[in-house]
Amino acid sequence: MDKHRITIEDTCESYLQSGLQTVLAGMAALGRKHIPVGCHGGGCGVCKIQVTAGTYEKRVMSRAHISAEDEASDRVLACRIWPTSDLRLKVLGKMGKSLCCETAASGTANPSSKKL
Amino acid sequence: MALTGVLRPGHVQMRVLDLEESVKFYGDVLGLVETGRDAQNRVYFKTWDERDHNSFIIRQADKAGLDFYAFKVDSKASLDKFEADLRAYGVSTERIPAGEMLETGERVRFEIPSGHLIELYAEKKDVGNGLPYVNPEAWTALAEKGIAPIRMDHILLYGPDIEKSQKIFEDVLGFYLVEHVVLEDDTTDLAIWLSCATKAHDLAFVRHPEPGKVHHVAFQLESWERVLRAADIMTMNKVTIDMGPTRHGITRGTTIYAFDPSGNRFETYCGGYSSYPDWQPIKWTVDEVGRGIFYHDRKLNDAFLSVVT
Ligand code: FES
Ligand SMILES: [Fe+2]
Repeated sequence: MDKHRITIEDTCESYLQSGLQTVLAGMAALGRKHIPVGCHGGGCGVCKIQVTAGTYEKRVMSRAHISAEDEASDRVLACRIWPTSDLRLKVLGKMGKSLCCETAASGTANPSSKKL
Repeated sequence: MALTGVLRPGHVQMRVLDLEESVKFYGDVLGLVETGRDAQNRVYFKTWDERDHNSFIIRQADKAGLDFYAFKVDSKASLDKFEADLRAYGVSTERIPAGEMLETGERVRFEIPSGHLIELYAEKKDVGNGLPYVNPEAWTALAEKGIAPIRMDHILLYGPDIEKSQKIFEDVLGFYLVEHVVLEDDTTDLAIWLSCATKAHDLAFVRHPEPGKVHHVAFQLESWERVLRAADIMTMNKVTIDMGPTRHGITRGTTIYAFDPSGNRFETYCGGYSSYPDWQPIKWTVDEVGRGIFYHDRKLNDAFLSVVT
């Protein structure tokens, strides 16, 4: 099967993958980390991206993270889309790493700055 | 009877994004036994060795995550008493009629401050584990199908105000604290592990800003070898593994965290020590939380605090 080039606009990095893998799985299989990796199932929302160019196939994604409007505007979950052409994208999702925002904020050091 | 009141975790209902894909996953890969479907299009499962009709229920929805988690209590009298005690404590409760869930009696449902729906019930039909109650064999063919856990074991919930949820479980329902992780202020718990009987935990919480989230539902396996076999089955079926096989420092269980097809994390878990209500809780300081959660890696992975449904 043809390979498609996926370009991450935030970092200008790119990788090649087949259309048999999701964009997230294609990236993770190469050991790369541009897009946050979570559940690979469309449930947790950390891999949210904006596709800026190209075409893809998609499967159902949690409405907790992707509204119908998001979906219509190509804001999707990288673990639920399969490229059908070269793609360009921007990363929207983040890992919220803080060890409890409520209390950590009042502490002297931020525990999330440790290697956790 | 020495074990009274709340007996054990009884059932959990999860939302999935694609029902048939999930039915295949939970049936063929995890190896749960499908026991029924209802008019709401929910699918009911139990593990091969559980005797009550269901312990794990899924329904299709547009968001993944937890609907509710339930405990079985020893009698209808206890159910009534817990309901009255919850109300007296200021927790509003709702009665769900018998039969609303297949083969399940009346349920008392309430919301806890961390934003989760918890249920209590006294009756669920004994459908058996496929072995007779007189002179049984040790296991059935279903004990080898897929990962084939023994029971739905515990849940880890994420939400705010976990100390308030803890108090309800301790003061009203008779749970006790087994282990906890304390933040740098040496007062606030980041995480708590609670037991209603003699397991190292039946329920755990991690403090998290968003209410009502679930980190994982855990299924118990018989041995470390079965945990390794579960990892093989996950690889053969392209299941996303989050962590493991490894061990937890907290509870000492051996474990794999992995994700179902909708991104709900589940755990295949073995061991964990037996605990007793007179024991002093074990405290972990937050600088050692990595070893507490993942005993061999000795650090949290990015997903532990961030990836929930
Ligand atoms: S990794 Fe969880 S939604 Fe994509
Ligand atoms: Fe667990």
